Amino acid sequence: MSTSRRDFIKILATLPLASSSFASDGHSEKNGDLASNGTSYSVLMDSTLCVGCRKCEWACNDKNHLPNKDISTFEDTSVFAFRRRPEVDKFTVVNKIQSLKEQQTIKIQCMHCLHPACASACIVGALKKQECGAVTYDADKCIGCRYCMVACPFQIPAYEYKNVLTPKVQKCSFCVDKLEKGEKPACVEMCPNEAMTFGTRAELIEVANSRMHQHPEKYFHHIYGEYEAGGTSWLYLSQIDLRGSEFPQLSSDPIPKLTETIQHGIFKNFVPPLALFTLLGVAMHSLKDKDRD
Amino acid sequence: MKARPLNIPFFTPGVWIVFSLALIGASAYLYRMFFGLAEATNLTNSYPWGIWIAIDVASGVALAAGGFTSAALAEIFHREKYHVILRPALLTAMLGYTFVVIGLLADLGRYYNVWHPMIPTMWQGNSVLFEVGLCVMAYLNVLYSEFAPIVVDRFKGKVTFKNEYLRQKTEGLLTFLDKFFRKILWVLIIAGVVLSCLHQSSLGTLMLIAPTKIHPLWYTPISPLLFWLSAVAVGYPMVIFESLLASKSFGIKPETHVLSSLAKIIPFTVGFYFAAKVIDITIREAWPFVGEGSLQSYMFIFEMALFAIPLILLTQEKIRQSVRGLFISSALVVSGVVINRINVFLIAYHPPYTEEIYLPSIYEIAVTVGLICALVLVYRFLTINLPIVTIEDGE
Repeated sequence: MSTSRRDFIKILATLPLASSSFASDGHSEKNGDLASNGTSYSVLMDSTLCVGCRKCEWACNDKNHLPNKDISTFEDTSVFAFRRRPEVDKFTVVNKIQSLKEQQTIKIQCMHCLHPACASACIVGALKKQECGAVTYDADKCIGCRYCMVACPFQIPAYEYKNVLTPKVQKCSFCVDKLEKGEKPACVEMCPNEAMTFGTRAELIEVANSRMHQHPEKYFHHIYGEYEAGGTSWLYLSQIDLRGSEFPQLSSDPIPKLTETIQHGIFKNFVPPLALFTLLGVAMHSLKDKDRD
Repeated sequence: MKARPLNIPFFTPGVWIVFSLALIGASAYLYRMFFGLAEATNLTNSYPWGIWIAIDVASGVALAAGGFTSAALAEIFHREKYHVILRPALLTAMLGYTFVVIGLLADLGRYYNVWHPMIPTMWQGNSVLFEVGLCVMAYLNVLYSEFAPIVVDRFKGKVTFKNEYLRQKTEGLLTFLDKFFRKILWVLIIAGVVLSCLHQSSLGTLMLIAPTKIHPLWYTPISPLLFWLSAVAVGYPMVIFESLLASKSFGIKPETHVLSSLAKIIPFTVGFYFAAKVIDITIREAWPFVGEGSLQSYMFIFEMALFAIPLILLTQEKIRQSVRGLFISSALVVSGVVINRINVFLIAYHPPYTEEIYLPSIYEIAVTVGLICALVLVYRFLTINLPIVTIEDGE
């Protein structure tokens, strides 16, 4: 199914309108370069090292002034019975990997995509991929359309439906203020078992590859996020294949590729709309004369 | 033959019912404004869009397509006999888009920021929604400007101010406006068609940003083409549907001969759309999904049937000549487009991490029904007070 769909997109690409726009599809590429040029930060989450202490959840709540409880209450492992999702008042959650019998856990938060679908979707540019790697949100611009939530393949942004007047989209900000100073995000700083490694994306992919080579028995041979959705700033190593289990199965195409291709094709230098306008104008005036005969 | 304000009472028993439903809708709307989206809707983090987007906005825009399709036919291609449908179609489009915006404001979390996309520092050219938003806003202005001459027409030469100076000035202004709008009307008409083509198709691009969440029956790169074709296909059926409803409600004779010849075009427009859908499913090898027995597959079959039946019906001369035949077939196409929009925006949408499903709350339903009823009431009010409907002479 997915191959025939891709073929169809290829057919579409041979149309002059669409093919011209493939060439002009500059925005995401620029964005991608920006995120993968090595100066932007990434985190490698190694789920084999995660002990499920959920201290990162506490640190996140603390850093973001979210409703928090005493750190000892986070030792409660009953939450692992469910696959929890990030919410407006918790930007990260630690879940048990459902397909494993033993308690093996994994941390979930915004993946900070290199080509974020949420940012491409946002009608006012409230969501942006920053040079440091973070995908940030500016509530003052937001109109509350929630198209970002439709767009996100990881189902991450949460909405403050209960806030009557000033609802916000809520998600992990990668601790952007710390990141810009070259500091680790709060969750990484807190982790007692170094399940998360902070660094540039290129470095971390190397780290991940060497771990997989040194301990092939420990890992499923795949770095989730290296190519998924065109690459994400958060990378994952695990003992299982995360594709289609804890994370969605995604191609290496950036999620917004098709919409941006169509969009820029239709609006290529405003030529197609103006051409249509001219065509209709000519039709209108030439047919008018005929009508008088 | 000239359009005239209708000489009928505003309130009838039927109108009272519509009025009550509109009032209930208004209360639900206020409830959302005072108590927020969580109280008023069943929207969640996994289902961020509900019927206010699928019906009020997406279907509302599609059903307002009668405006640009009839303008193209009568004004650009100069098929003069269709001039009688222009004003009702224009009114429907103008009110349709107005209520789309009112519906959208209920759905937006920060509705007071709705003007933000107009500010150049916040422009976001990659966003499909940005394009839809700006086009809809521009088109709304076009529609109001196209409608202005009808208002001028009603009052020019009939101003009854007691103060002679004031009366002359007002008449002078109306004469100026009349000339002005006549001069720019051709620009407005063409701009209206271009803007409509752009955002009708872009509505079909919106959900393509969620490749993993949209059911393969509807996830196709030609979705914008399908949306545009279906908007063109529903334009004339909507004009016929609404014209027959209005003449019944207003107690006037329907323009059967105009509507019948308009209906001759429908098998072509609906046929094109239907063929494009079939070719699309075939090329993408998606037929197996039609038989998978899921809600999505049944809804797809339902949607396609709503186009196939009127497509066959309207090829029959006898059906095109009968009021009942016209009404039923055009109603089927209209429902087909509404079901298609509901399918694309709601039924096809499957978030990866949830078992729950979205069903609209009582408030969401009340607002949607209320908006439709309010539209009908304003339509009635304006046809009573402005020259919209043309009644054949000697009646």
